[in-house]
Amino acid sequence: MVHFTAEEKVAVVSLWARVNVELVGGEVLGRLLVVYPWTQRFFDSFGNLSSESAIMGNPKVKAHGKKVLTSFGNAVKHMDDLKDTFAELSELHCDKLHVDPENFKLLGNMISIVLATHFSKEFTPHMQAAWQKLTAAVANALAHKYH
Amino acid sequence: MVLSAADRAAVRALWRKLGSNVGIYATEALERTFTAFPTTKTYFAHFDLSPGSAQVKAHGKKVADALTTAVAHMDDLPGALSALSDLHAHQLRVDPVNFKFLGHCLLVTLARHYPGDFGPAMHASLDKFLSHVISALASSYG
Repeated sequence: MVHFTAEEKVAVVSLWARVNVELVGGEVLGRLLVVYPWTQRFFDSFGNLSSESAIMGNPKVKAHGKKVLTSFGNAVKHMDDLKDTFAELSELHCDKLHVDPENFKLLGNMISIVLATHFSKEFTPHMQAAWQKLTAAVANALAHKYH
Repeated sequence: MVLSAADRAAVRALWRKLGSNVGIYATEALERTFTAFPTTKTYFAHFDLSPGSAQVKAHGKKVADALTTAVAHMDDLPGALSALSDLHAHQLRVDPVNFKFLGHCLLVTLARHYPGDFGPAMHASLDKFLSHVISALASSYG
């Protein structure tokens, strides 16, 4: 089980309070689809993903990004209990969605980068480290039920 | 994931903008790598890794110079980086997974300092460029 120090928890929670989940969620998912185009394989039903502007402006991408990042908010609330918190989602991603867990790591890195663009002052190396730890732990929790 | 003409143009334009600050950003990227991915410190047990370390700064300058060389030779990265690849593979023996950590932290650093320039298309071009650099660096391994 990943252990977060008190400082790491405070850092993550304090930054999370300032995140516009709708805006950042859309950007995170959008960037994933732009920078790693093969991830579009999971989103055939999303309509026009033919260009950077199409992807970033696509309302389904934005809505789904918001959904994904909202779920991340749950991780922030349960940093000591991620495996249980994400058990059901893990099964879903394995059994129904068939998503390679490598993609969770890619998304985690997009979160770091988007946070860096929005919070350049606050996103110190220690803040980044806390977020990298959280995104890695969420990725592991999401992969935990795979079989 | 070929480097298109548009990718190369984007990377060159950003590099021109970074100007003489490349060393500062490479140093920050190194600091972030050591902090966010502590396993990378195992290669620097002989360094002072405390904040502001002169050794890390000097190493940041080396990394910056290598990246600037890479930007100038995007059509032949394996050739331009072959000596560095030999060094990392045979002398330093750095596991190539660590190049990705540094690459990611460089993206975070640039995103922080140039949020207006770091839109998704630029991000994609830079990510591709760094992937090619990493591939070239790993080419002497095994």
